Amino acid sequence: MKAFEYAAPSTEAEAIELMTERAGTVEILAGGTDLVGLMKQMLVNPDRVVNLMEIRSLREIEPTPSGGVSIGAAVSLEQILDSHYLDPYASLKQAINNISSMQLRCQGTLGGELCQRPQCWFFRGGHGLLGDDGRAVAQGDNRYHAVFANAGPAKFVNNSRLAPALIVRDARLRIVGPSPDAEQWVDLADFYRIPRHGEQRENVLRAGQFVSHIELPDPGSFQCATYEVRQGAGPEYPLTAAAARLNVQSGVVRDAKIVLGHVAPTPWRSEDAEHELIGKPLTAETIEAAGLAAIRLATPLSRNEYKVTLAQVSVERAVRMAAGLPPGGF
Amino acid sequence: MSRKRVVSATINGDLVEFLCEPRQTLLEVLRNVLELTGAKEGCSNGNCGACTVLMNGRPVVSCLVLAMEAEGAEIRTIEGVACGSHLDEVQQAFLQGAALQCGICTPGFIMQTEALLAENPQPSEDEIRFYLAGNLCRCTGYDKIVRAVQSAAAQRQQASHSTQATR
Ligand SMILES: Cc1cc2nc3c(=O)[nH]c(=O)nc-3n(C[C@H](O)[C@H](O)[C@H](O)COP(=O)(O)OP(=O)(O)OC[C@H]3O[C@@H](n4cnc5c(N)ncnc54)[C@H](O)[C@@H]3O)c2cc1C
Ligand code: FES
Ligand code: FES
Repeated sequence: MKAFEYAAPSTEAEAIELMTERAGTVEILAGGTDLVGLMKQMLVNPDRVVNLMEIRSLREIEPTPSGGVSIGAAVSLEQILDSHYLDPYASLKQAINNISSMQLRCQGTLGGELCQRPQCWFFRGGHGLLGDDGRAVAQGDNRYHAVFANAGPAKFVNNSRLAPALIVRDARLRIVGPSPDAEQWVDLADFYRIPRHGEQRENVLRAGQFVSHIELPDPGSFQCATYEVRQGAGPEYPLTAAAARLNVQSGVVRDAKIVLGHVAPTPWRSEDAEHELIGKPLTAETIEAAGLAAIRLATPLSRNEYKVTLAQVSVERAVRMAAGLPPGGF
Repeated sequence: MSRKRVVSATINGDLVEFLCEPRQTLLEVLRNVLELTGAKEGCSNGNCGACTVLMNGRPVVSCLVLAMEAEGAEIRTIEGVACGSHLDEVQQAFLQGAALQCGICTPGFIMQTEALLAENPQPSEDEIRFYLAGNLCRCTGYDKIVRAVQSAAAQRQQASHSTQATR
Protein backbone atom coordinates (compact mmCIF):
# COMPACT_ATOMS: atom_id res chain seq x y z
CA MET A 1 0.00 0.00 0.00
CA LYS A 2 1.13 3.57 -0.63
CA ALA A 3 1.37 5.72 2.49
CA PHE A 4 -1.72 7.75 3.39
CA GLU A 5 -3.15 9.82 6.22
CA TYR A 6 -5.81 8.18 8.34
CA ALA A 7 -8.66 9.64 10.35
CA ALA A 8 -11.59 8.12 12.22
CA PRO A 9 -14.03 10.96 12.94
CA SER A 10 -16.95 10.51 15.30
CA THR A 11 -19.54 12.72 13.57
CA GLU A 12 -20.81 13.15 10.02
CA ALA A 13 -19.79 16.82 10.01
CA GLU A 14 -16.21 15.99 11.00
CA ALA A 15 -16.06 13.34 8.28
CA ILE A 16 -17.23 15.83 5.66
CA GLU A 17 -14.66 18.35 6.81
CA LEU A 18 -11.90 15.74 6.60
CA MET A 19 -13.05 14.89 3.09
CA THR A 20 -13.29 18.43 1.81
CA GLU A 21 -10.36 20.30 3.33
CA ARG A 22 -7.56 20.30 0.82
CA ALA A 23 -6.18 16.82 1.26
CA GLY A 24 -5.58 15.41 -2.19
CA THR A 25 -7.55 12.30 -3.00
CA VAL A 26 -9.74 10.90 -0.27
CA GLU A 27 -11.32 7.47 0.07
CA ILE A 28 -14.02 6.43 2.50
CA LEU A 29 -13.29 3.34 4.57
CA ALA A 30 -16.11 1.26 6.02
CA GLY A 31 -15.53 -2.48 6.56
CA GLY A 32 -12.50 -2.30 4.28
CA THR A 33 -13.12 -5.67 2.65
CA ASP A 34 -13.01 -4.10 -0.79
CA LEU A 35 -11.02 -0.90 -0.26
CA VAL A 36 -8.07 -2.43 1.63
CA GLY A 37 -7.61 -5.02 -1.14
CA LEU A 38 -7.71 -2.27 -3.79
CA MET A 39 -5.13 -0.23 -1.88
CA LYS A 40 -2.87 -3.26 -1.45
CA GLN A 41 -2.92 -3.82 -5.18
CA MET A 42 -2.28 -0.09 -5.63
CA LEU A 43 -5.35 0.26 -7.81
CA VAL A 44 -6.66 2.95 -5.47
CA ASN A 45 -4.04 5.21 -3.92
CA PRO A 46 -5.62 7.83 -1.69
CA ASP A 47 -3.72 10.55 0.10
CA ARG A 48 -6.20 10.30 2.94
CA VAL A 49 -8.55 7.60 4.24
CA VAL A 50 -11.56 8.58 6.33
CA ASN A 51 -12.98 5.72 8.38
CA LEU A 52 -16.75 5.96 8.97
CA MET A 53 -16.97 3.16 11.52
CA GLU A 54 -16.67 5.40 14.59
CA ILE A 55 -19.74 7.46 13.67
CA ARG A 56 -22.48 6.07 15.90
CA SER A 57 -25.43 7.36 13.88
CA LEU A 58 -24.20 5.39 10.86
CA ARG A 59 -24.26 2.11 12.78
CA GLU A 60 -27.90 1.99 13.77
CA ILE A 61 -30.99 0.30 12.36
CA GLU A 62 -34.16 2.16 13.31
CA PRO A 63 -37.83 2.10 12.36
CA THR A 64 -39.00 5.28 10.59
CA PRO A 65 -42.21 7.17 11.46
CA SER A 66 -43.71 6.15 8.10
CA GLY A 67 -43.46 2.43 8.89
CA GLY A 68 -40.19 1.78 7.08
CA VAL A 69 -36.67 1.17 8.34
CA SER A 70 -33.56 3.33 8.24
CA ILE A 71 -30.22 1.51 8.06
CA GLY A 72 -26.96 3.36 8.75
CA ALA A 73 -24.42 2.98 5.94
CA ALA A 74 -21.83 1.51 8.35
CA VAL A 75 -24.19 -1.22 9.63
CA SER A 76 -22.62 -4.63 9.04
CA LEU A 77 -24.33 -7.22 6.90
CA GLU A 78 -24.51 -9.47 9.95
CA GLN A 79 -26.35 -6.75 11.91
CA ILE A 80 -28.94 -6.65 9.11
CA LEU A 81 -29.43 -10.41 9.32
CA ASP A 82 -29.89 -10.18 13.09
CA SER A 83 -32.29 -7.22 13.07
CA HIS A 84 -35.97 -7.97 13.74
CA TYR A 85 -36.93 -4.65 12.17
CA LEU A 86 -35.79 -6.13 8.88
CA ASP A 87 -37.70 -9.42 9.17
CA PRO A 88 -40.43 -8.14 6.81
CA TYR A 89 -37.75 -7.64 4.14
CA ALA A 90 -36.86 -11.31 3.86
CA SER A 91 -35.47 -11.09 0.32
CA LEU A 92 -32.81 -8.64 1.52
CA LYS A 93 -31.69 -11.11 4.16
CA GLN A 94 -31.79 -13.86 1.56
CA ALA A 95 -29.44 -11.84 -0.68
CA ILE A 96 -27.02 -11.31 2.25
CA ASN A 97 -27.03 -15.01 3.07
CA ASN A 98 -25.83 -15.62 -0.48
CA ILE A 99 -22.54 -13.90 0.48
CA SER A 100 -21.19 -17.13 1.86
CA SER A 101 -18.26 -15.90 3.95
CA MET A 102 -19.18 -15.26 7.56
CA GLN A 103 -16.10 -13.06 8.02
CA LEU A 104 -17.19 -10.82 5.15
CA ARG A 105 -20.72 -10.59 6.52
CA CYS A 106 -19.33 -9.54 9.93
CA GLN A 107 -16.88 -7.06 8.46
CA GLY A 108 -18.62 -5.74 5.34
CA THR A 109 -21.15 -2.92 5.62
CA LEU A 110 -24.25 -2.04 3.66
CA GLY A 111 -22.76 1.25 2.40
CA GLY A 112 -19.61 -0.57 1.29
CA GLU A 113 -21.63 -3.27 -0.42
CA LEU A 114 -23.55 -0.69 -2.43
CA CYS A 115 -20.42 1.34 -3.27
CA GLN A 116 -18.03 -1.56 -3.95
CA ARG A 117 -15.91 -1.18 -7.06
CA PRO A 118 -16.44 -3.54 -10.00
CA GLN A 119 -14.85 -6.99 -9.93
CA CYS A 120 -14.02 -6.66 -13.68
CA TRP A 121 -10.71 -8.44 -14.07
CA PHE A 122 -9.32 -5.78 -16.42
CA PHE A 123 -9.94 -3.15 -13.71
CA ARG A 124 -8.56 -5.41 -10.98
CA GLY A 125 -5.62 -6.30 -13.18
CA GLY A 126 -4.58 -2.64 -13.48
CA HIS A 127 -5.96 -1.84 -16.96
CA GLY A 128 -8.32 0.84 -15.67
CA LEU A 129 -12.07 0.79 -15.30
CA LEU A 130 -12.65 1.64 -18.96
CA GLY A 131 -9.50 -0.18 -20.16
CA ASP A 132 -8.31 1.36 -23.45
CA ASP A 133 -11.68 3.04 -24.00
CA GLY A 134 -13.51 -0.25 -23.74
CA ARG A 135 -11.35 -2.06 -26.28
CA ALA A 136 -9.57 -4.18 -23.65
CA VAL A 137 -12.87 -5.83 -22.70
CA ALA A 138 -14.38 -5.89 -26.18
CA GLN A 139 -11.37 -7.70 -27.60
CA GLY A 140 -10.41 -9.69 -24.51
CA ASP A 141 -11.93 -12.31 -22.26
CA ASN A 142 -15.30 -10.77 -21.51
CA ARG A 143 -17.15 -13.81 -20.26
CA TYR A 144 -18.28 -12.11 -17.03
CA HIS A 145 -18.98 -8.70 -18.52
CA ALA A 146 -22.10 -6.73 -19.35
CA VAL A 147 -24.78 -7.95 -21.72
CA PHE A 148 -26.81 -4.73 -21.49
CA ALA A 149 -25.83 -1.06 -21.85
CA ASN A 150 -22.35 -2.02 -23.01
CA ALA A 151 -22.03 0.07 -26.17
CA GLY A 152 -19.87 2.74 -24.48
CA PRO A 153 -16.43 2.27 -22.95
CA ALA A 154 -17.88 0.83 -19.69
CA LYS A 155 -18.44 -2.87 -20.07
CA PHE A 156 -18.00 -4.02 -16.46
CA VAL A 157 -20.97 -5.17 -14.39
CA ASN A 158 -22.21 -3.76 -11.12
CA ASN A 159 -21.48 -6.48 -8.58
CA SER A 160 -23.71 -5.41 -5.72
CA ARG A 161 -25.75 -8.32 -4.50
CA LEU A 162 -28.02 -6.15 -2.43
CA ALA A 163 -28.79 -3.29 -4.82
CA PRO A 164 -31.35 -5.23 -6.93
CA ALA A 165 -33.14 -6.45 -3.78
CA LEU A 166 -33.19 -2.91 -2.36
CA ILE A 167 -34.21 -1.21 -5.61
CA VAL A 168 -37.30 -3.39 -6.02
CA ARG A 169 -38.18 -2.21 -2.49
CA ASP A 170 -37.84 1.46 -3.59
CA ALA A 171 -34.93 2.10 -1.19
CA ARG A 172 -33.60 5.65 -0.93
CA LEU A 173 -30.19 6.88 0.08
CA ARG A 174 -29.33 9.83 2.26
CA ILE A 175 -26.21 11.47 0.89
CA VAL A 176 -24.34 14.06 2.94
CA GLY A 177 -21.68 16.65 2.05
CA PRO A 178 -19.78 18.39 0.55
CA SER A 179 -20.83 21.29 2.81
CA PRO A 180 -21.18 20.33 6.49
CA ASP A 181 -24.98 20.51 6.62
CA ALA A 182 -25.79 19.44 3.07
CA GLU A 183 -28.00 16.39 2.72
CA GLN A 184 -30.00 15.01 -0.14
CA TRP A 185 -32.15 11.97 -0.76
CA VAL A 186 -31.65 9.92 -3.89
CA ASP A 187 -33.54 6.83 -5.03
CA LEU A 188 -31.12 3.92 -5.06
CA ALA A 189 -32.34 3.28 -8.61
CA ASP A 190 -30.85 6.66 -9.62
CA PHE A 191 -27.64 6.34 -7.60
CA TYR A 192 -25.63 4.39 -10.15
CA ARG A 193 -24.41 5.76 -13.45
CA ILE A 194 -22.41 4.46 -16.34
CA PRO A 195 -19.06 6.29 -16.46
CA ARG A 196 -18.24 7.78 -19.84
CA HIS A 197 -14.63 8.73 -19.13
CA GLY A 198 -11.87 7.87 -16.69
CA GLU A 199 -12.65 10.69 -14.26
CA GLN A 200 -16.13 9.37 -13.49
CA ARG A 201 -17.00 6.68 -10.97
CA GLU A 202 -19.85 4.24 -10.99
CA ASN A 203 -22.21 6.32 -8.89
CA VAL A 204 -23.33 9.93 -8.56
CA LEU A 205 -21.33 10.77 -5.41
CA ARG A 206 -19.21 13.90 -5.80
CA ALA A 207 -15.98 14.65 -3.95
CA GLY A 208 -16.77 15.30 -0.29
CA GLN A 209 -19.99 13.27 -0.29
CA PHE A 210 -20.82 9.91 1.22
CA VAL A 211 -23.86 7.74 1.84
CA SER A 212 -25.03 8.04 5.44
CA HIS A 213 -28.28 6.03 5.49
CA ILE A 214 -30.35 3.68 3.41
CA GLU A 215 -34.08 3.95 3.96
CA LEU A 216 -36.63 1.31 3.12
CA PRO A 217 -40.30 2.28 2.88
CA ASP A 218 -43.10 0.37 4.61
CA PRO A 219 -42.78 -3.28 3.51
CA GLY A 220 -46.39 -3.21 2.21
CA SER A 221 -48.10 -6.33 0.94
CA PHE A 222 -45.56 -7.12 -1.73
CA GLN A 223 -44.01 -10.48 -2.35
CA CYS A 224 -40.29 -10.20 -3.09
CA ALA A 225 -37.51 -12.61 -3.97
CA THR A 226 -33.97 -12.65 -5.31
CA TYR A 227 -32.57 -15.42 -7.46
CA GLU A 228 -28.90 -15.83 -8.33
CA VAL A 229 -27.25 -18.10 -10.87
CA ARG A 230 -24.00 -19.19 -9.29
CA GLN A 231 -21.14 -21.34 -10.41
CA GLY A 232 -20.42 -22.85 -7.02
CA ALA A 233 -21.16 -22.49 -3.33
CA GLY A 234 -18.01 -20.54 -2.40
CA PRO A 235 -17.65 -16.80 -1.92
CA GLU A 236 -17.83 -16.11 -5.65
CA TYR A 237 -20.10 -13.58 -7.24
CA PRO A 238 -23.12 -14.81 -9.16
CA LEU A 239 -23.06 -14.88 -12.97
CA THR A 240 -26.45 -13.18 -13.11
CA ALA A 241 -29.18 -12.37 -10.61
CA ALA A 242 -32.65 -10.91 -10.52
CA ALA A 243 -34.86 -9.42 -7.83
CA ALA A 244 -38.62 -9.38 -8.26
CA ARG A 245 -41.39 -7.60 -6.41
CA LEU A 246 -44.98 -8.61 -7.07
CA ASN A 247 -48.34 -7.52 -5.84
CA VAL A 248 -50.74 -10.29 -6.76
CA GLN A 249 -54.45 -10.02 -6.05
CA SER A 250 -56.88 -12.83 -6.86
CA GLY A 251 -54.25 -14.46 -9.03
CA VAL A 252 -53.67 -11.31 -11.14
CA VAL A 253 -50.45 -9.29 -10.99
CA ARG A 254 -51.41 -5.72 -10.01
CA ASP A 255 -47.87 -4.41 -9.84
CA ALA A 256 -44.39 -5.74 -10.58
CA LYS A 257 -40.83 -4.54 -10.39
CA ILE A 258 -37.90 -6.48 -11.83
CA VAL A 259 -34.22 -5.55 -11.41
CA LEU A 260 -31.33 -7.63 -12.67
CA GLY A 261 -27.83 -7.73 -11.22
CA HIS A 262 -24.41 -8.55 -12.75
CA VAL A 263 -25.62 -7.92 -16.30
CA ALA A 264 -24.88 -4.19 -16.86
CA PRO A 265 -22.62 -1.45 -15.45
CA THR A 266 -25.53 -0.55 -13.15
CA PRO A 267 -28.29 -2.62 -11.59
CA TRP A 268 -30.60 -3.15 -14.57
CA ARG A 269 -34.32 -2.56 -14.30
CA SER A 270 -36.46 -4.35 -16.87
CA GLU A 271 -39.69 -2.49 -17.50
CA ASP A 272 -40.24 -4.80 -20.48
CA ALA A 273 -40.44 -7.77 -18.12
CA GLU A 274 -42.69 -5.83 -15.75
CA HIS A 275 -45.11 -5.00 -18.60
CA GLU A 276 -45.43 -8.67 -19.46
CA LEU A 277 -46.62 -9.36 -15.92
CA ILE A 278 -48.79 -6.41 -14.93
CA GLY A 279 -52.52 -7.01 -15.38
CA LYS A 280 -52.02 -10.66 -16.27
CA PRO A 281 -52.69 -13.85 -14.35
CA LEU A 282 -49.51 -15.38 -13.01
CA THR A 283 -49.15 -18.47 -15.21
CA ALA A 284 -46.18 -20.40 -16.58
CA GLU A 285 -46.73 -18.58 -19.89
CA THR A 286 -46.68 -15.05 -18.45
CA ILE A 287 -43.61 -15.85 -16.41
CA GLU A 288 -41.82 -17.16 -19.50
CA ALA A 289 -42.91 -14.10 -21.46
CA ALA A 290 -41.44 -11.87 -18.73
CA GLY A 291 -38.12 -13.73 -18.93
CA LEU A 292 -38.01 -13.34 -22.70
CA ALA A 293 -38.97 -9.67 -22.52
CA ALA A 294 -36.17 -9.06 -20.01
CA ILE A 295 -33.52 -10.04 -22.56
CA ARG A 296 -35.00 -8.29 -25.59
CA LEU A 297 -32.45 -5.46 -25.38
CA ALA A 298 -29.44 -7.69 -24.69
CA THR A 299 -26.28 -7.03 -26.70
CA PRO A 300 -23.83 -9.74 -25.64
CA LEU A 301 -20.09 -9.35 -26.18
CA SER A 302 -17.91 -11.91 -27.98
CA ARG A 303 -17.78 -14.41 -25.10
CA ASN A 304 -20.81 -13.88 -22.93
CA GLU A 305 -23.88 -14.83 -24.94
CA TYR A 306 -24.54 -17.51 -22.33
CA LYS A 307 -25.28 -14.76 -19.79
CA VAL A 308 -28.30 -13.69 -21.80
CA THR A 309 -29.94 -17.08 -21.22
CA LEU A 310 -28.95 -16.94 -17.55
CA ALA A 311 -30.49 -13.47 -17.23
CA GLN A 312 -33.76 -14.80 -18.63
CA VAL A 313 -33.67 -17.76 -16.24
CA SER A 314 -32.90 -15.45 -13.29
CA VAL A 315 -35.94 -13.31 -14.01
CA GLU A 316 -38.27 -16.29 -14.43
CA ARG A 317 -37.06 -17.93 -11.24
CA ALA A 318 -37.11 -14.74 -9.17
CA VAL A 319 -40.73 -14.20 -10.25
CA ARG A 320 -41.63 -17.79 -9.43
CA MET A 321 -40.04 -17.49 -6.00
CA ALA A 322 -41.76 -14.17 -5.30
CA ALA A 323 -45.04 -15.86 -6.21
CA GLY A 324 -44.29 -18.61 -3.70
CA LEU A 325 -43.69 -21.23 -6.41
CA PRO A 326 -40.62 -23.47 -6.46
CA PRO A 327 -37.97 -21.74 -8.60
CA GLY A 328 -37.47 -24.81 -10.78
CA GLY A 329 -34.17 -26.10 -12.09
CA PHE A 330 -31.71 -28.06 -10.00
CA MET B 1 -5.02 12.98 11.44
CA SER B 2 -1.90 10.98 11.41
CA ARG B 3 0.73 9.14 9.53
CA LYS B 4 2.26 7.17 12.41
CA ARG B 5 0.40 6.49 15.62
CA VAL B 6 0.48 4.44 18.78
CA VAL B 7 -2.51 2.15 18.84
CA SER B 8 -3.70 0.48 22.01
CA ALA B 9 -5.76 -2.68 21.92
CA THR B 10 -6.46 -5.62 24.17
CA ILE B 11 -4.92 -8.67 22.57
CA ASN B 12 -5.63 -12.06 24.16
CA GLY B 13 -6.53 -10.29 27.39
CA ASP B 14 -3.43 -8.09 27.61
CA LEU B 15 -3.43 -4.38 26.94
CA VAL B 16 -0.92 -3.91 24.13
CA GLU B 17 0.43 -0.72 22.57
CA PHE B 18 2.14 -0.65 19.22
CA LEU B 19 3.38 1.98 16.80
CA CYS B 20 2.10 1.63 13.28
CA GLU B 21 1.53 3.38 9.99
CA PRO B 22 -1.94 3.69 8.45
CA ARG B 23 -0.92 1.45 5.58
CA GLN B 24 -0.13 -1.52 7.80
CA THR B 25 -2.76 -4.20 8.17
CA LEU B 26 -3.67 -5.80 11.46
CA LEU B 27 -2.24 -9.07 10.17
CA GLU B 28 1.12 -7.43 9.40
CA VAL B 29 1.29 -5.90 12.85
CA LEU B 30 0.28 -9.10 14.62
CA ARG B 31 2.88 -11.13 12.76
CA ASN B 32 5.75 -8.70 12.22
CA VAL B 33 5.52 -6.28 15.12
CA LEU B 34 3.93 -8.29 17.90
CA GLU B 35 5.42 -11.63 16.83
CA LEU B 36 2.05 -13.34 17.04
CA THR B 37 2.65 -15.47 13.97
CA GLY B 38 -0.27 -17.85 14.52
CA ALA B 39 -2.59 -16.00 12.14
CA LYS B 40 -1.42 -16.92 8.65
CA GLU B 41 -1.25 -15.00 5.42
CA GLY B 42 -2.76 -17.26 2.77
CA CYS B 43 -4.10 -15.03 0.04
CA SER B 44 -3.87 -11.52 1.46
CA ASN B 45 -7.19 -10.55 -0.17
CA GLY B 46 -10.01 -11.90 1.95
CA ASN B 47 -10.59 -15.15 0.12
CA CYS B 48 -9.04 -17.83 2.30
CA GLY B 49 -9.73 -17.00 5.98
CA ALA B 50 -6.26 -18.17 7.18
CA CYS B 51 -5.78 -14.78 8.86
CA THR B 52 -9.09 -14.90 10.79
CA VAL B 53 -9.00 -13.37 14.27
CA LEU B 54 -11.82 -12.28 16.55
CA MET B 55 -12.28 -8.53 16.84
CA ASN B 56 -14.75 -7.54 19.55
CA GLY B 57 -16.01 -11.11 19.43
CA ARG B 58 -16.69 -11.24 15.70
CA PRO B 59 -14.54 -13.07 13.15
CA VAL B 60 -12.70 -10.82 10.69
CA VAL B 61 -10.05 -11.39 8.04
CA SER B 62 -7.16 -9.46 9.55
CA CYS B 63 -5.46 -9.05 6.16
CA LEU B 64 -8.23 -6.56 5.27
CA VAL B 65 -8.30 -4.67 8.59
CA LEU B 66 -6.04 -1.67 9.01
CA ALA B 67 -4.04 -1.89 12.23
CA MET B 68 -5.29 1.63 13.09
CA GLU B 69 -8.82 0.22 13.23
CA ALA B 70 -7.79 -1.91 16.20
CA GLU B 71 -7.68 1.16 18.47
CA GLY B 72 -9.63 0.27 21.60
CA ALA B 73 -10.64 -3.13 20.24
CA GLU B 74 -10.55 -6.48 21.93
CA ILE B 75 -8.69 -8.97 19.75
CA ARG B 76 -8.35 -12.69 20.17
CA THR B 77 -5.87 -14.68 18.13
CA ILE B 78 -4.98 -18.36 18.05
CA GLU B 79 -2.26 -17.65 20.65
CA GLY B 80 -5.02 -16.80 23.13
CA VAL B 81 -6.94 -20.05 22.76
CA ALA B 82 -4.86 -22.57 24.70
CA CYS B 83 -4.36 -22.11 28.43
CA GLY B 84 -0.60 -22.59 28.85
CA SER B 85 0.09 -26.01 27.37
CA HIS B 86 -3.52 -27.09 27.85
CA LEU B 87 -5.24 -27.07 24.45
CA ASP B 88 -8.90 -26.14 24.35
CA GLU B 89 -11.60 -28.52 23.04
CA VAL B 90 -11.45 -27.18 19.49
CA GLN B 91 -7.68 -27.48 19.19
CA GLN B 92 -7.82 -30.95 20.77
CA ALA B 93 -10.52 -32.09 18.35
CA PHE B 94 -8.61 -30.86 15.29
CA LEU B 95 -5.52 -32.71 16.50
CA GLN B 96 -7.31 -35.94 17.39
CA GLY B 97 -9.46 -35.94 14.27
CA ALA B 98 -6.46 -35.26 11.98
CA ALA B 99 -8.31 -32.22 10.68
CA LEU B 100 -5.11 -30.68 9.37
CA GLN B 101 -2.22 -31.52 7.12
CA CYS B 102 0.04 -28.57 6.36
CA GLY B 103 -1.75 -26.54 9.03
CA ILE B 104 -1.70 -23.17 7.28
CA CYS B 105 -5.48 -22.91 7.34
CA THR B 106 -5.86 -24.30 10.87
CA PRO B 107 -5.53 -21.15 13.02
CA GLY B 108 -8.22 -19.52 10.88
CA PHE B 109 -10.52 -22.54 11.11
CA ILE B 110 -10.06 -22.72 14.86
CA MET B 111 -10.83 -19.03 15.42
CA GLN B 112 -13.86 -19.29 13.15
CA THR B 113 -15.02 -22.37 15.09
CA GLU B 114 -14.56 -20.50 18.38
CA ALA B 115 -16.88 -17.77 17.06
CA LEU B 116 -19.39 -20.35 15.87
CA LEU B 117 -19.52 -22.29 19.13
CA ALA B 118 -19.76 -19.12 21.22
CA GLU B 119 -22.92 -18.21 19.32
CA ASN B 120 -24.32 -21.67 18.60
CA PRO B 121 -22.99 -24.39 20.95
CA GLN B 122 -24.74 -27.22 19.08
CA PRO B 123 -24.50 -26.44 15.38
CA SER B 124 -25.84 -28.85 12.75
CA GLU B 125 -23.57 -30.02 9.94
CA ASP B 126 -25.20 -27.53 7.57
CA GLU B 127 -24.70 -24.70 10.04
CA ILE B 128 -21.02 -25.65 10.44
CA ARG B 129 -20.45 -25.72 6.69
CA PHE B 130 -22.25 -22.39 6.25
CA TYR B 131 -20.27 -20.71 9.03
CA LEU B 132 -16.91 -22.02 7.83
CA ALA B 133 -17.49 -21.28 4.14
CA GLY B 134 -15.08 -18.33 4.23
CA ASN B 135 -12.21 -20.60 5.32
CA LEU B 136 -10.44 -22.57 2.64
CA CYS B 137 -8.27 -25.67 3.05
CA ARG B 138 -6.22 -27.03 0.19
CA CYS B 139 -5.02 -30.27 1.78
CA THR B 140 -7.28 -31.89 4.33
CA GLY B 141 -10.72 -31.80 2.77
CA TYR B 142 -13.62 -30.42 4.71
CA ASP B 143 -15.19 -33.61 6.10
CA LYS B 144 -12.57 -34.10 8.79
CA ILE B 145 -12.76 -30.45 9.73
CA VAL B 146 -16.55 -30.60 10.08
CA ARG B 147 -16.26 -33.74 12.19
CA ALA B 148 -13.66 -32.06 14.42
CA VAL B 149 -16.02 -29.13 14.97
CA GLN B 150 -18.85 -31.52 15.84
CA SER B 151 -16.63 -33.37 18.26
CA ALA B 152 -15.41 -30.14 19.90
CA ALA B 153 -19.02 -29.02 20.30
CA ALA B 154 -19.92 -32.35 21.94
CA GLN B 155 -16.89 -32.16 24.26
CA ARG B 156 -17.79 -28.67 25.33
CA GLN B 157 -21.42 -29.62 25.95
CA GLN B 158 -20.30 -32.55 28.07
CA ALA B 159 -17.86 -30.41 30.03
CA SER B 160 -20.49 -27.77 30.74
CA HIS B 161 -22.99 -30.46 31.85
CA SER B 162 -20.47 -32.00 34.22
CA THR B 163 -19.57 -28.62 35.74
CA GLN B 164 -23.27 -27.94 36.22
CA ALA B 165 -23.69 -31.37 37.85
CA THR B 166 -20.86 -30.77 40.31
CA ARG B 167 -22.26 -27.37 41.38
C1 LIG C 1 -13.24 -12.68 -0.90
C2 LIG C 1 -14.30 -11.64 -1.12
C3 LIG C 1 -15.57 -12.02 -1.54
C4 LIG C 1 -16.57 -11.07 -1.69
N1 LIG C 1 -17.79 -11.51 -2.08
C5 LIG C 1 -18.77 -10.61 -2.23
C6 LIG C 1 -20.05 -11.03 -2.64
O1 LIG C 1 -20.30 -12.22 -2.83
N2 LIG C 1 -21.01 -10.10 -2.86
C7 LIG C 1 -20.76 -8.78 -2.66
O2 LIG C 1 -21.65 -7.98 -2.86
N3 LIG C 1 -19.57 -8.36 -2.27
C8 LIG C 1 -18.57 -9.24 -2.05
N4 LIG C 1 -17.34 -8.79 -1.69
C9 LIG C 1 -17.08 -7.34 -1.68
C10 LIG C 1 -17.20 -6.65 -0.34
O3 LIG C 1 -16.51 -7.35 0.62
C11 LIG C 1 -18.61 -6.49 0.15
O4 LIG C 1 -19.40 -5.94 -0.86
C12 LIG C 1 -18.68 -5.61 1.40
O5 LIG C 1 -20.02 -5.53 1.85
C13 LIG C 1 -18.11 -4.24 1.19
O6 LIG C 1 -18.33 -3.50 2.37
P1 LIG C 1 -17.15 -2.82 3.19
O7 LIG C 1 -17.82 -2.09 4.27
O8 LIG C 1 -16.13 -3.79 3.57
O9 LIG C 1 -16.60 -1.83 2.08
P2 LIG C 1 -15.24 -1.00 1.99
O10 LIG C 1 -14.17 -1.86 1.46
O11 LIG C 1 -14.99 -0.27 3.24
O12 LIG C 1 -15.70 0.04 0.88
C14 LIG C 1 -16.00 -0.37 -0.45
C15 LIG C 1 -16.09 0.86 -1.36
O13 LIG C 1 -17.21 1.64 -1.04
C16 LIG C 1 -16.84 2.95 -0.59
N5 LIG C 1 -17.72 3.24 0.53
C17 LIG C 1 -17.90 2.49 1.65
N6 LIG C 1 -18.86 3.02 2.43
C18 LIG C 1 -19.29 4.15 1.80
C19 LIG C 1 -20.27 5.13 2.11
N7 LIG C 1 -21.01 5.07 3.21
N8 LIG C 1 -20.45 6.15 1.24
C20 LIG C 1 -19.71 6.21 0.10
N9 LIG C 1 -18.79 5.31 -0.25
C21 LIG C 1 -18.57 4.28 0.59
C22 LIG C 1 -15.38 2.85 -0.25
O14 LIG C 1 -14.73 4.06 -0.44
C23 LIG C 1 -14.89 1.78 -1.21
O15 LIG C 1 -14.62 2.32 -2.47
C24 LIG C 1 -16.30 -9.71 -1.48
C25 LIG C 1 -15.04 -9.33 -1.06
C26 LIG C 1 -14.05 -10.27 -0.86
C27 LIG C 1 -12.70 -9.82 -0.37
S1 FES D 1 -4.90 -14.05 4.14
FE1 FES D 1 -6.62 -12.99 4.84
S2 FES D 1 -8.21 -14.06 3.91
FE2 FES D 1 -6.50 -15.03 3.04
S1 FES E 1 -4.22 -28.19 6.10
FE1 FES E 1 -3.15 -27.33 4.45
S2 FES E 1 -4.50 -25.79 3.82
FE2 FES E 1 -5.66 -26.80 5.28
